[in-house]
Amino acid sequence: MTDIAIEIQGLRKTYGELVALAGLSLAVARGEVFALLGPDGAGKTTTMRLLAGILAPSGGSARVLGLDVFRQAEGLKRRIGYMPQRFALYGDLTVAENLRFFASIYGVPRAERLAREAELLEFSRLGPFRDRLAMYLSGGMKQKLALACTLMHSPEVLFLDEPTAGVDPVSRREFWRILYRLAGQGVTLFLSTPYMDEAERCARVAMLDRGGLALCGTPGELKAGLRGAILEVIAEPPREAKARLAALPGVRDVHIFGERLHVWLETPDAEATVAAALDGLTLIALRRIAPGLEDVFNALAAGEGEA
Amino acid sequence: MTRTRGEAAVTISGLVKTFGRFTAVDQISLTVGRGEIFGFLGANGAGKSTTIRMLCGILAPTAGSGTVAGLDIVRETEQIKTRIGYMSQRFSLYDDLTVTENIEFFGEIYGVYGARLARRTAWILAMANLRERQDSLTGELAMGWKQRLALGCAMVHEPEMLFLDEPTAGVDPASRRRFWELIYAAAEQGVTIFVTTHYMDEAEHCDRLALMHRGRIIALGTPAELKDGYMAGTLLEVRAEPVMAALERLSSLPAVREVALFGSALHAVVGGPDEADDVRAALDAAGIRVERLAPARPSLDDVFVALIEQAERGA
Amino acid sequence: MMLLRTWMIMWKEFRQIARDPRMLAVVVALPTFMILLYGYAINLDVRAVRMAVYDQSRSPQSRELVNAFARSGYFRVIAYPGNDREVTALLDGGRARMVLIIPARFARRLADGETAPVQVLMDGADSTTASTALGYAADILQQYSSHVALEAARRAGLTAPATGQPVENRARYWYNPELRSNHFTIPGLIAVILMMLAALLTSVTVVRERERGTIEGLLASPVRPLELMLGKLAPYVLIAFGDVLLVMAVSAVVFHVPLVGSPALVLALAGIFVIAALGIGLLISTVAPTQQVAMVAAVMATQLPTVLLSGFIFPISSMPQAVQLLTALIPATHFIRILRGIFLKGNTLAILWQPALVLAVIAVAMVLLSANRFRRTL
Repeated sequence: MTDIAIEIQGLRKTYGELVALAGLSLAVARGEVFALLGPDGAGKTTTMRLLAGILAPSGGSARVLGLDVFRQAEGLKRRIGYMPQRFALYGDLTVAENLRFFASIYGVPRAERLAREAELLEFSRLGPFRDRLAMYLSGGMKQKLALACTLMHSPEVLFLDEPTAGVDPVSRREFWRILYRLAGQGVTLFLSTPYMDEAERCARVAMLDRGGLALCGTPGELKAGLRGAILEVIAEPPREAKARLAALPGVRDVHIFGERLHVWLETPDAEATVAAALDGLTLIALRRIAPGLEDVFNALAAGEGEA
Repeated sequence: MTRTRGEAAVTISGLVKTFGRFTAVDQISLTVGRGEIFGFLGANGAGKSTTIRMLCGILAPTAGSGTVAGLDIVRETEQIKTRIGYMSQRFSLYDDLTVTENIEFFGEIYGVYGARLARRTAWILAMANLRERQDSLTGELAMGWKQRLALGCAMVHEPEMLFLDEPTAGVDPASRRRFWELIYAAAEQGVTIFVTTHYMDEAEHCDRLALMHRGRIIALGTPAELKDGYMAGTLLEVRAEPVMAALERLSSLPAVREVALFGSALHAVVGGPDEADDVRAALDAAGIRVERLAPARPSLDDVFVALIEQAERGA
Repeated sequence: MMLLRTWMIMWKEFRQIARDPRMLAVVVALPTFMILLYGYAINLDVRAVRMAVYDQSRSPQSRELVNAFARSGYFRVIAYPGNDREVTALLDGGRARMVLIIPARFARRLADGETAPVQVLMDGADSTTASTALGYAADILQQYSSHVALEAARRAGLTAPATGQPVENRARYWYNPELRSNHFTIPGLIAVILMMLAALLTSVTVVRERERGTIEGLLASPVRPLELMLGKLAPYVLIAFGDVLLVMAVSAVVFHVPLVGSPALVLALAGIFVIAALGIGLLISTVAPTQQVAMVAAVMATQLPTVLLSGFIFPISSMPQAVQLLTALIPATHFIRILRGIFLKGNTLAILWQPALVLAVIAVAMVLLSANRFRRTL
């Protein structure tokens, strides 16, 4: 299917004088995996909540699956799923009870519910914990349960607000495996994430900044659009190297990635001056690399000043 | 900071903490050197926070012993508290006090007064780049700012050691990066940093790491040591289209022990480099277009997952 | 309106309640504790009022009068002051609540067939007790003077009936013949306790979901406000009804309050009353910003008006007109009328339909208002 799943036009949300979302326009195709990125306060959660129909907009329009989010909310709510950033399940209900509750309030018939429950427990590997109170699950398991609850009514579009924030790598991998399976089934995924490696997996990403759209495109397009070049430098001691490079003309920004430095050059030909500036330090490696989304994000943050 | 350099900032030996029948921390031992940035990794419930609480003198160990800044963690808890700074995930700032008032409040409870407090306040505002917001209510600050203020408050009494319990949870990448620069700066001044995190890219910033699983330390070393020495088998980086089909196919291959998405590529763990050809053949046979398939250095993420799966199989 | 959704919300609430031991403690211990505490503390009966006697007559007649006071049981003589200064000191210090002053010529005047005045000084600080005690004192004095008149007549050779007072007041108290204030206060107390408890129970249910963030999941779902309100209300109706039985049992067993009328009618109308009270709690819960605020608001909004304005202690008929209108808005006003009617008078619905209807209207209005006030967005 190639039709549009989500279409946003000039969406605005203000709280008094505070502008949380300043006229956002976006379109997401059906079956697409779309990520929303941006610093805190850029409007990611606000966008999610507006699209899930739990926040009233100050202006603009949004259509999901062809239905007006704000005027046709009742019909739409059955067809979409929303997983909030905060754990929003009942800690004093068991895993199975949470699943049952969410299925029932969405009007899932009993037979379908039982089948779905079995499938999702297996899917999420929560089967052995079905009678455990949700508050006693680990962080990763809580997130998987929250996702499973959101999936009980088989939504066509899924809104996930930082679903893997603060989750350990093992659970994060499992979580993504589930998401990819859903994408394979044709579910549209609209998610926000603080992890750039997760953003790389999405078909398209949008970077928000101060309530507006800063960049939007496939990860490849965004990376190709970064002006200048990225050098990867490994030098000892790295902090001394960083200090020297940051002061260099032609260098827009330097970031430490573990033992490596990413040096953002305004023009590619500044490479020679970088090597010269590191004179006296142990230079282990210096090479041009293709920028990652993280570099794009950092460039955006640097360009716009303090987040 | 009168103690000589090179002395251990933290020593733990056979530390145990049980809650009823549940063993939260099971016989852990380690040493952290002065000025080191020590990363403590593990899933929720692995025992990280329990360990930190014992080191900070908030929780009494069931068995074992340890020292922090040369002080005994069982008998000298009060002295320890004056020598360390602690920053929790929740930041524990007062939202209805201004930035400066928060600093002054924490200064006073740590016995920092008068000229020293004024000097420390100025230092913190400069360090955390909060000067222009010094009279703002803390509740109005963005997460990144709050996080830097919380770090500043934890350092108001010039502690020689900082315990940071998931300090960057819920903070965007740019703010996290800025935060780590502050950590480096503190470490360069000789402050020992003991930090827990879920972010593997942050773990790369640490001098040494310990990976906790079910109350035990299952790996300990520098990031490079962990990546080179702990991974059993060979990691293959696979770029293929369609990714999802490749992932499914690889999961079903007996030769592949573990496969996961890594960015837009796949990381598959196999027994040895010679199995790469079999993997490629299997993907080709399934009609999947392979763009790249080559052994790669595992990331910390790969190591973390492999170690935990190994530990689970052993358990 | 989908019954399944309402049912599921109710099912969820029940499980949550069952897993919260503190909730069970509140539901059982709080009403028991309150009815015992208030039942014993709020006692309007006047007994053994401390009195002093300044007997200037020191005659057999004066002693006989003092004995009459002591025998009544309403008074206890604790001192015999010898002068005015001592009298003042006793009253000022609060040692005596009342002083009986018998003038020196008391016995002589009686003997001469004249009217013999005595003086009663009453500490009026506690006006309720003072007026009750004064009433008892007047009765005793009245009886004594009849007795004296009778004696005098007999000595004069006349037969008793002929000299009796022309009109004899023989008032009888109906419904509560011994005027036990317990029988009057306990039904009111039942209303006060149920009101507060019920409002408290529901006051946190919605705001707790807001605080914990679980509201996001509910808002994103097709659940409608009225379904949510009814689902949240239903389990508490059952719990509050259990409390109705509990406080009724305690009042019968511990305070021996007799139930003259129909127990079924009491329970049925109590059911309507608790729904009204739960509805008030629910309304508070939909607008309160935090759980603490909700709980304080629930206690304030129910306890004060219920105690002060429902006729529980202070009679509505002696309140200013405007306040009297206000009392009609308080569910407890109507429920106390119902309870006293059924408990003490054995009233039936034929008499009590009016307050019962008002309660039902309040109950429905509260639930609808809660659903209306519940914001469908964050």
